[in-house]
Amino acid sequence: MIQEPHATLRDSDPDVGLFTVLREDGSADPATDPKIPTPRLVLAYRHMRRLRQLDARMILLQRQGRVGFYGACTGQEAVPIATGLVARPDDWVFPALREQSVMLVRGFPLRQFVAQVFGNSGDVLKGRQMPSHPSGKQVHQVSWSSCIGPQIPQAVGAAWAMKQAKNEAVAFGFSGDGATSQPDFHAAMTFAAAFKAPVVIVCQNNHWSISVPTARQTASRTIAVKGRAYGIPSVRVDGNDLLAMHAVLERAADRARRGEGPTFVEALTYRIGAHSTSDDPTRYRTDAEVESWKKKDPVDRLARHLRKIGAIDDASEKQLDDELGAEIAEVIKAVEELPPPPRLSLFDDVYAEPTWNLREQRELLAAIPPAPSH
Amino acid sequence: MIEEMERDERVFLMGEEVGHYQGAYKVSEGMLEKFGERRVVDTPIAEGGFAGVGVGAAMVGLRPIIEFMTWNFSAVAFDQILNNAAKLRQMSGGQFNCPIVFRGPNASARQVGSQHSHAMEHFYATIPGVKVVAPAFVDDAKGLMKAAIRDDNPVLVMESETLYSLKGEIADDLDVVPMGKARLVREGADCTIVSYSRMTHVAVEAAAALEKEKISVEIVDLRSLRPLDEDAIVASVQKTHRCVVVHEGWPYGGVGAEVADRVQRLAFDWLEAPVLRVATLDVPMPYNAKLEQLCMPQPDRVIAAVKRVVNRGRGRG
Ligand SMILES: Cc1ncc(C[n+]2csc(CCOP(=O)(O)OP(=O)(O)O)c2C)c(N)n1
Repeated sequence: MIQEPHATLRDSDPDVGLFTVLREDGSADPATDPKIPTPRLVLAYRHMRRLRQLDARMILLQRQGRVGFYGACTGQEAVPIATGLVARPDDWVFPALREQSVMLVRGFPLRQFVAQVFGNSGDVLKGRQMPSHPSGKQVHQVSWSSCIGPQIPQAVGAAWAMKQAKNEAVAFGFSGDGATSQPDFHAAMTFAAAFKAPVVIVCQNNHWSISVPTARQTASRTIAVKGRAYGIPSVRVDGNDLLAMHAVLERAADRARRGEGPTFVEALTYRIGAHSTSDDPTRYRTDAEVESWKKKDPVDRLARHLRKIGAIDDASEKQLDDELGAEIAEVIKAVEELPPPPRLSLFDDVYAEPTWNLREQRELLAAIPPAPSH
Repeated sequence: MIEEMERDERVFLMGEEVGHYQGAYKVSEGMLEKFGERRVVDTPIAEGGFAGVGVGAAMVGLRPIIEFMTWNFSAVAFDQILNNAAKLRQMSGGQFNCPIVFRGPNASARQVGSQHSHAMEHFYATIPGVKVVAPAFVDDAKGLMKAAIRDDNPVLVMESETLYSLKGEIADDLDVVPMGKARLVREGADCTIVSYSRMTHVAVEAAAALEKEKISVEIVDLRSLRPLDEDAIVASVQKTHRCVVVHEGWPYGGVGAEVADRVQRLAFDWLEAPVLRVATLDVPMPYNAKLEQLCMPQPDRVIAAVKRVVNRGRGRG
């Protein structure tokens, strides 16, 4: 009998424990091992590696001035990738900055994902949104809000609507540790519990909210413990442990599907890179701290496990690297060449139907000769 | 801010990243070292929280300067400003006052998307009980900030990320720049441009181009949006007989509509042409650089508007 992640709830430990599966030597703890089939783990690993490479390439493009902004999730890959694997096609995902890649796991084309970063005519969002704010209706994922917090109550609302439709779908709503200070977080927790909404609210505690460490964000010893006060079963989990994340999210989603209501998950992780391309983390944290977390890198930890069980080796690693590198390079090349969205598309989609004042502005702009590249 | 904090113990700065990070845009660089953690206060990310904490502290005698990392984020603190700071004096029958400054960069900042590009001054300038200033030049930025800190009302200071790098001379004896007084940036005879903040620089560029075509433009930089320097606007339009208002933010309502109303009401008999407004297009700001540029008021749109009003007046002879 494996230990239920939620068992930690009945634990009197004020920290709500810490659910972990992967041990230092790469083996799975038999007491908590969720026994995820190996091909699924290999798939998860592929997605994590792909995301790691993609983030690195995008940051490079930003440094070269080829894209305007990027928010990477380096060091936090286990959470979005586990979510992508656990979520069923009908489920909804309401991400924060670090979870956009969930949609890639659920089949959103990499090409369109990258086009969103460029904001050009290959972008489904028509160049309207900042980079790192993709959305894809076909994979049931909305964009996060640039202002921190609104997606958390929205996830509860979507879940509540799913419940009314009685279709077993659940919503996953995400936040960072900093976002838990916003009223939206608390409103979301209140409503999730009061409405018994089929929602999984996940806080990725990556220890930093730009330059503010979690200890200065909240005086609470853990974030997970906050869920208890709202009457929500809450779990604290090793967010750099793909097996643990998968187990916790799957069980939380199952609870929601069974009509048992929300679960709150604090995923303990670390932001290895800068907050975004506008940030310089050397101003507020030490290299030693970053190095100590690199030792707990989620990609490396899964790799160690897969090697131990014989699922990957040097040759397969090299092949994977080459394949992913080629895929990403090709996508960037194809996308970067695309022109900007048409000028007059500016006036589309403001309302469900074009209004007279927008038509008027459209005519005004149409009368001005376009710049050469337009 | 530093001079005012040296002058008055009650003044303190509070906001996200203002201390250890030295300000998201380095506005508060060195202030934590100088004044310590009691007076330069880093906060959790909760604008509604620290705006409210500021209002409370102001009610009992402190003089907070609350920084919003950008004014966009003040949306989640709107209730504290609209329903609390602005109304406390009036609702308490004059017993309480709320000497608080809210400040931060406002309006577009180059490719930050629709949720980060708002010209929030239009919302705030409608509220009785608050003052709103939006300087365009470095000396006004300093003088108006000092005036805001010393004022006994809530004052909202609209800065501009794209103007933070602007350099300029400041007179040694500059103290406060009084709120409610516009600045005549340039004298001219054919048309008045009314603008503020970054758009004053766009107006200056447009005026220089128009001068080459023998159109002489006068520029009135409002500096202060509430109270509004009605007299300066009217005096200028009485002289030039034409008026174009340039601002960021949407064309529906707002500061431009307010100025246009004053001009048609108070300078009707002098007007040779309708008052035109050059504003951001009536759509959420797109991210794509080309589309964004099209959306924002540019010198060419200002020039076109000035020519329209000037030609109309001349055509009628
Ligand atoms: C309402 C609001 N206030 C401030 C900001 C500026 N800001 C952007 S991200 C961020 C920190 C977010 O920290 P956290 O929630 O821990 O997520 P992380 O970025 O660490 O994943 C801040 C303060 C914002 N976007 N919205």
